Amino acid sequence: MAARPRLAVWKFASCDGCQLSLLDCEDELLQVAGEIEIANFREASSAVVDGPYDLSLVEGSVTTPEDARRIQEVRAQSRRLVTIGACATAGGIQALRNFGDVEEFRRAVYARPEFIATLATSTAIRDHVPVDFELRGCPINKAQLLEVISAYLHHRRPTVPTGSVCAECKRRGAVCVVVAHGAPCLGPVTQSGCGAICPAYRRGCYGCYGPQDTPNTAAWTAHLETLGLAPDAIRRVYRTFNAGAPAFRAAGDAAVPEGG
Amino acid sequence: MIEPGSSWVFPRAEFPSLLAGLERAGYRVVGPTVRDGAIVYGTIRSVGDLPEGWTDRQEAGTYRLAKRDDGALFGYNVGPHSWKKYLFPPREQLFTLRRDGSASFEVTPPPDDEPPLAFLGIRACEIAAMRIQDRVFVGGGTPDAGYARRARSRLVVAVQCGQAGGTCFCVSMGTGPAVRAGYDLSLTELIEPGRHDFLVQVGTPEGAGVLADVPMRPATPADLSAGEARVARAAQSMGRTMDTTGVHEVLLRNLESPVWEDVGRRCLACTNCTLACPTCFCHSTEEVPDLSAERVERWRRWDSCFNLSFSELHNGSVRATVPARYRQWLTHKLATWFDQFGSSGCVGCGRCVTWCPVGIDLTAEVRAIRAADARAVPPEGGPAP
Ligand code: SF4
Ligand code: SF4
Ligand code: SF4
Repeated sequence: MAARPRLAVWKFASCDGCQLSLLDCEDELLQVAGEIEIANFREASSAVVDGPYDLSLVEGSVTTPEDARRIQEVRAQSRRLVTIGACATAGGIQALRNFGDVEEFRRAVYARPEFIATLATSTAIRDHVPVDFELRGCPINKAQLLEVISAYLHHRRPTVPTGSVCAECKRRGAVCVVVAHGAPCLGPVTQSGCGAICPAYRRGCYGCYGPQDTPNTAAWTAHLETLGLAPDAIRRVYRTFNAGAPAFRAAGDAAVPEGG
Repeated sequence: MIEPGSSWVFPRAEFPSLLAGLERAGYRVVGPTVRDGAIVYGTIRSVGDLPEGWTDRQEAGTYRLAKRDDGALFGYNVGPHSWKKYLFPPREQLFTLRRDGSASFEVTPPPDDEPPLAFLGIRACEIAAMRIQDRVFVGGGTPDAGYARRARSRLVVAVQCGQAGGTCFCVSMGTGPAVRAGYDLSLTELIEPGRHDFLVQVGTPEGAGVLADVPMRPATPADLSAGEARVARAAQSMGRTMDTTGVHEVLLRNLESPVWEDVGRRCLACTNCTLACPTCFCHSTEEVPDLSAERVERWRRWDSCFNLSFSELHNGSVRATVPARYRQWLTHKLATWFDQFGSSGCVGCGRCVTWCPVGIDLTAEVRAIRAADARAVPPEGGPAP
């Protein structure tokens, strides 16, 4: 039997939720373990097999000089590198630091700030090394994760649609919260993948999967205003888990007029 | 004798016996019900599931439920769902392939154990839309097996509209509000002081069959004219109109109209219009293999011409910009649909107008294109541009 491909799972600045999606694949996990060698996955086992690895899944963003160095090592040992989750693909919620003064946070929060080595920004893995595929979501969808693993096992492109959440919202038969209730929702500018969970429970979409492939944020910002949202509220809507994604970053910046 | 072509009247109080007749005939009844602030289509087990005393107020990009004081069961217009979700489901497994150890595959179709459906409350424009999708899925050389099976066994219990919604324009499209064809039974709700009855017109023997135990009397000329008056009132209260004269030519000679850029700036490419539309049939098929790739399921899901990936060929998307996608949609719907299927692709139900989050209104876009066209095309005999 040919050697099973080796999988490694890496953690950077993150909450571990996306890695846990892999452990959460209870029914499929045995099959995963049968098809691939889980060579390095500290969340699951402390036994570590040295690289190189056929597929690396990278969770988390780069927030420290040490991580900026470590991601280079990970890339060098990985034939394919797939980033998973909003942290790895857009910098995560911690990218809110990109809009603040990290030096000030450090002094305010830590008793001995000189021990804290941190960067001024939280950035996506793509900003540091070439990435083969980005799997979005906060957290990622486990069915999409299995699809990505399966695609790389069989040398094909993953089927991960990049259009809007609205498509999933309509497919599941949810009633649009914008049209029926005048509620703000990021669905039209957000990539699908979650299954439109929030609209199905009468909440607007929070944008967990980042911008869809053709995000018309200018038109959507204008509409959010007509729904009664103030400019700073609109800015906050764009600045959550994917605040660092370029389209949402630009939309958040543009939401408040210069000097506002 | 309850025969096709005959008309009858039964009181509102006997509505449960119609539902009982449908159930006895083996149908799963689906129809209007209130959920999450809208009238959607779902399973109807009793009259209590129907939107009694509810109506809706619709405008471009807004929908609100409202109370009405006459206790009407069908006193609303069309909502976010269309009946296509039953015949052409949002996600459907087409088959499973399994490697059987040799060079060939074992193909297993999905189970077909669903009971036949009775569509209760379907309107004239919706019947027209369903017949358009019938043409798409079973009218060509390779009928779609699942669609054909579900369409064959359906029972159509129509309701004629007694009022029009704010985004309705079936009169312009010639599809309503009167129900003239494609029904097994057609109901008209007659509400007047001291009266709440249903006029029922029988379209087929199957329709006659479910009425066997409904206590009713033959309709009088007065009942028939009361029904006609309600439909006439709906026809007069259309919220929208669309001038369809020469629309095929007008759209196709305006492929470079500035209107496409303008609407493209407002359009979110969110796909709501197409997925709410009862005639849009675009879909993608995808293979869902297990990790060993010994077993692969093929699924079909609703897709949309507003998606970038929908027109992706090996070197990228054919319709990369939003104006190009809106143009594709509108020109197909109102023009090239005629070339492809012999009819318009729009029945004037207004869903795409109401359920567009930013309220883009195709009737207004057609007007804008006509206006730009009138400015661009010199009057007959005038100088060429
Ligand atoms: S609720 Fe949000 S995601 Fe759903 S259709 Fe409306 S805008 Fe789109
Ligand atoms: S294009 Fe709009 S109005 Fe026409 S049938 Fe579709 S949803 Fe209804
Ligand atoms: S026309 Fe409206 S519903 Fe359709 S894709 Fe554009 S914004 Fe979405």
